[in-house]
Amino acid sequence: MYRTTDPVQGTGAMTEARDPVIDIQKLNLIFQTPDAPVHALCDVDLTINSGDFVSFIGPSGCGKTTLMRVIADLETPTDGHITVNGMSPKQAREERAYGYVFQAPALYPWRSVQKNIMLPLEIMGLSKDQQLERAKKNLSLVNLEGFEKKFPWQLSGGMQQRVSIARALSVEPDLLLMDEPFGALDEITRDHLNEQLLRLWDQTGKTVIFVTHSIPESVFLSSKIVVMSPRPGKIIDVIDCDLPRDRTLDIRETPEFLEIAHRVREGLRAGHSYDD
Amino acid sequence: MTDMALQSKGDSLWHRLYHGKTIPVLTVVLALVVIWYAGAVYLNKDTLVSNYERNNITWDTEKLIADAWAMERPILPAPHQIATEINKTVFQKKITSKRSLVYHAWITTSATLLGFAMGGVLGILLAVGIVHVQTLDRSLMPWVIASQTIPILAIAPMIIVVLGNMGITGLIPKSIISMYLCFFPITIGMVKGLRSPDVLQLDLMRTYSASTAQVFWKLRVPASVPFLFASLKVAVAISLVGAIVGELPTGAVAGIGARLLSGSYYGQTIQIWSALIVASVLGMLLVYAVTVIEKIVLSKMGYRS
Repeated sequence: MYRTTDPVQGTGAMTEARDPVIDIQKLNLIFQTPDAPVHALCDVDLTINSGDFVSFIGPSGCGKTTLMRVIADLETPTDGHITVNGMSPKQAREERAYGYVFQAPALYPWRSVQKNIMLPLEIMGLSKDQQLERAKKNLSLVNLEGFEKKFPWQLSGGMQQRVSIARALSVEPDLLLMDEPFGALDEITRDHLNEQLLRLWDQTGKTVIFVTHSIPESVFLSSKIVVMSPRPGKIIDVIDCDLPRDRTLDIRETPEFLEIAHRVREGLRAGHSYDD
Repeated sequence: MTDMALQSKGDSLWHRLYHGKTIPVLTVVLALVVIWYAGAVYLNKDTLVSNYERNNITWDTEKLIADAWAMERPILPAPHQIATEINKTVFQKKITSKRSLVYHAWITTSATLLGFAMGGVLGILLAVGIVHVQTLDRSLMPWVIASQTIPILAIAPMIIVVLGNMGITGLIPKSIISMYLCFFPITIGMVKGLRSPDVLQLDLMRTYSASTAQVFWKLRVPASVPFLFASLKVAVAISLVGAIVGELPTGAVAGIGARLLSGSYYGQTIQIWSALIVASVLGMLLVYAVTVIEKIVLSKMGYRS
């Protein structure tokens, strides 16, 4: 089976060797449940380099969210080796090395948009001026200037999710973890936010890990696609996606795009994701 | 144009009466008053009839009804008798007078408010302990629940006696009984409130590696506020009951409870009923005050009203 875990391997833009941000070897995670242990992650090997946009794709229960939660130190692996920025996930979390965007916006309803973005900064102990400045900067990054004083319920779902992205960015992490952030949004909003996210990635040069179960979304956004399969959760294929960085939505009709999408689908089929 | 006309007509007094709560509420009140007057005749008639027979007074239904609604010590006084008594003791007396119900209501209110404040502090502290210390959750919660299974009427005299022995009398024992009753809903509400943040909101704090104190102040406390107010509304009404119950076994000379007690000693049913009405009005005012504060606080916090 085809697998590129070696950073030097690959084609085009991917040839330059960069520092690995995430290094995972032989990682296993077994959940102990009342009926039977669940093998959520099985022998996962993965390297993610600085500046990559990596998508984890696979059907429900393939462990893509779990893998991301392991990186974020929200789950502890049963065995195996994992480093984040050369540290253990726990150290990385304590150093606030990453920003995490959840499936739902998870905004605190009693805080205004601005105050929601300032929440992590308050916890980090930044000065009030710095907090306000970063809130302003990141709100404009997600095109939400003028919504500072609004409360979450006054915003649409898409806007709320943009606030939560601004909140994750305000920590100024080099690593952005996004767990199906647009899963609950309609397709039009989703396309729009995908474009915005891509531009943001291009501007900031951050490393992004993005969990999704949409093939077009993963191909459109990523520089690397990790295809996963369920029971037990494992990596089937790692596909380099060397479309130009400044891609627009139109690229989804090009043969190159469709070819990569086809490979992703083949990978999913090989992992029995389409079986009953 | 016609739409506009209809619209303005729609805001008329009749429209508001018809669609608002006023008519249903008034209907219920009217029904209650009618039943009450009928009940007064029914309950008082035996005393009156035996009195007529003893004194050889000729009587008919009309006289019976008129007398039933004007007795000095009726089994059930008529509403207008209570209204007259309330008017006399609330509005006609100086509020510093021992005969003024406003004075007695204030005595009870001060014990209620002190008990409510103490119950609030106790309830919140217990909830914080229960949420944060697992041992307390297991060891304290059964006691908190057991405390409420003891009838307050049984325990109130004990509290009064013990505290009286220690030289504490007056306001404090009443407030302690009031506190004993009202901390319970506050503890239950706050435990629920402090535990209300969902997994996502807690995970978010974890990704920031926030300390327990930060999670408490920035997440648990703000999330618990709506729960706190819901339980405060219950608690303030119970505090009042506690303060009144606390006045009964002390043989207190002042307070709503004292009025109830002296009314029952001397068969002054009108006095008992007017004290009861004043107590319920007082309870409504207290709950209303908490509701107003709740509205202000929650709207300041951005909760959708």
